[in-house]
Amino acid sequence: MMDWFPLWLSLEVASGATLLSLLFGVWLAWLLVNRNFPGKDVLDALATLPLALPPTVLGYYLLVIIGRSSWIGRAWEAITGTPLVFTWRAAVIASTLHAIPLLIKSSRAALESVDRACERAGRSLGASEWRIFWRVSLPLARRPIAAAAALAFARSMGDFGATLMIAGDIPGRTQTASIAIFDAVESGNTKLANTLVLVISVVTALIVFLANRLERRRP
Amino acid sequence: MIQARIVKLFAPGPESAGFALDVAFDAASGVTVLYGASGSGKTLTLDALAGFVAPDAGRVMLDGRILFDAEARVNLRPQARSCGYVFQNYALFPHMTLRENLAFAAHQLPRLERHRRIAELLDRFKIPDLAGRYPRELSGGQKQRGSIARALIAQPRVLLFDEPGRGLDTALRTDLHSAILDIRKTHQTPIVVVTHDLEECLAIADSVLIYDAGKIAHRGTPLELLRNPGTPSVARLLGDFNIYEAEVIMLDPGRQTSRIRMLGQDLNGPHLRGCFKGDRVALCARPEELRIAGKPGENRIRVSATVRTTERPQSVRVDFGNDLVIDVPRETWRGRPEDIWIEVPPESLRQLSRDAKTETPKASERAR
Repeated sequence: MMDWFPLWLSLEVASGATLLSLLFGVWLAWLLVNRNFPGKDVLDALATLPLALPPTVLGYYLLVIIGRSSWIGRAWEAITGTPLVFTWRAAVIASTLHAIPLLIKSSRAALESVDRACERAGRSLGASEWRIFWRVSLPLARRPIAAAAALAFARSMGDFGATLMIAGDIPGRTQTASIAIFDAVESGNTKLANTLVLVISVVTALIVFLANRLERRRP
Repeated sequence: MIQARIVKLFAPGPESAGFALDVAFDAASGVTVLYGASGSGKTLTLDALAGFVAPDAGRVMLDGRILFDAEARVNLRPQARSCGYVFQNYALFPHMTLRENLAFAAHQLPRLERHRRIAELLDRFKIPDLAGRYPRELSGGQKQRGSIARALIAQPRVLLFDEPGRGLDTALRTDLHSAILDIRKTHQTPIVVVTHDLEECLAIADSVLIYDAGKIAHRGTPLELLRNPGTPSVARLLGDFNIYEAEVIMLDPGRQTSRIRMLGQDLNGPHLRGCFKGDRVALCARPEELRIAGKPGENRIRVSATVRTTERPQSVRVDFGNDLVIDVPRETWRGRPEDIWIEVPPESLRQLSRDAKTETPKASERAR
């Protein structure tokens, strides 16, 4: 009997990570485009760092930041009664960090490409910044942002190193598809490895196709 | 009523020259045109009025309300200024229909009132059938009218137009000018229009501010400016002026006349203020005020070959070189004599200020 849990977990983790990346990524991109503040360059560099760092290094940082001995980890445990690391939530955090640079970069480019005159027109018509963002900037930038979200989903599905470091490899709890493929190859379970590889490849190819379609269509 | 003093400095960069905008003006109800060459600071002034750009110094007041005051550190957001802005590229929201564009601007009105206002403005600008169309489905003129309707629906206290006639053909520009003049008739709000098109400026302006390199070089009604451009640089900006250097040979204050040497000939000139014998003065004359003649006579200059002729609606413009351009009635030009003499009536010559420096704000304004 084929165990589909890793695949479902991967889809759930990728969905959660994409949602978080969208929320924080678009917000950070908007900040970088529209606001001047001290440390803007540092934030810009930090936003790109997860793209450049090896996933294991990223995972190690996460262990330090949200591990059981960190103040975030302790606070989480005090509130919820369970640790944050080695749970599916930790996998979502790892995947979010893995995917968010893509969303920040693409959202920033998308928001920058919105005609400034349209945003200025909104202001001269008395609309608040929030209303301009929701009714003007975001709808005009929605396609490239949606394409970036699709790619972020695909990237979250494939995260291995950071997820392994922070969520571990607990079958039935934190074992995502990428980790299950590694385990299956290690233990010689070629049938499981082939099936998971095929499903992940098809899902990812569909997502990339969708992302390309979204980017090509005009607003 | 707008009362503005705007100072904005841009330091020179490695590959760009610096720029300083320093202007002061009042604009009452009616159409005030900011006219000048590209890059003279007109749109920057408009952006400073609308709150898109914060000046380095100065003050902007609208109907007695302070929008910007550098000293008091007041700088209202564009949203709080009630400045309707019609952008050069119309800036209609491309993902909204024309009706939705108008509804966006009228969001503060109650629902029924909003619908009534939208219908009223769509009717007024003759675009009710286009309400459901997206901007990409509209022509340039339709977008322009939609953009003006959207600005008006927010009930602004001043209406700002940035190069409204740019990219429109002659018929659409005439429509646009009628629309602006119609708004002037029905609204008491000041209308400020930026343009570098002289024809547009003369067609709609109640008063004109002439911009030159970040300063107001001259101001007045269109007629005043055409009668007295003031300086050679303004005369050049207003186009259509022959500009000459002349030497004062004799002055007759009693008869309010003078004798001058111009284009290599001694001519009768107008009364010249503040001049002495031997001074050099700058004078200008409009092409339609010079006349063509077939024989020598008083105040006539002999010309040889024509450099270029251009057909105009009522006349032919003939360029004789040496800054001698004249508009000749078509019939006269067809039957022109062999020998051509140009008559320069003394009253056609206007004295220009030798000082081409632009206006600086008054001392009281500078003290602000």
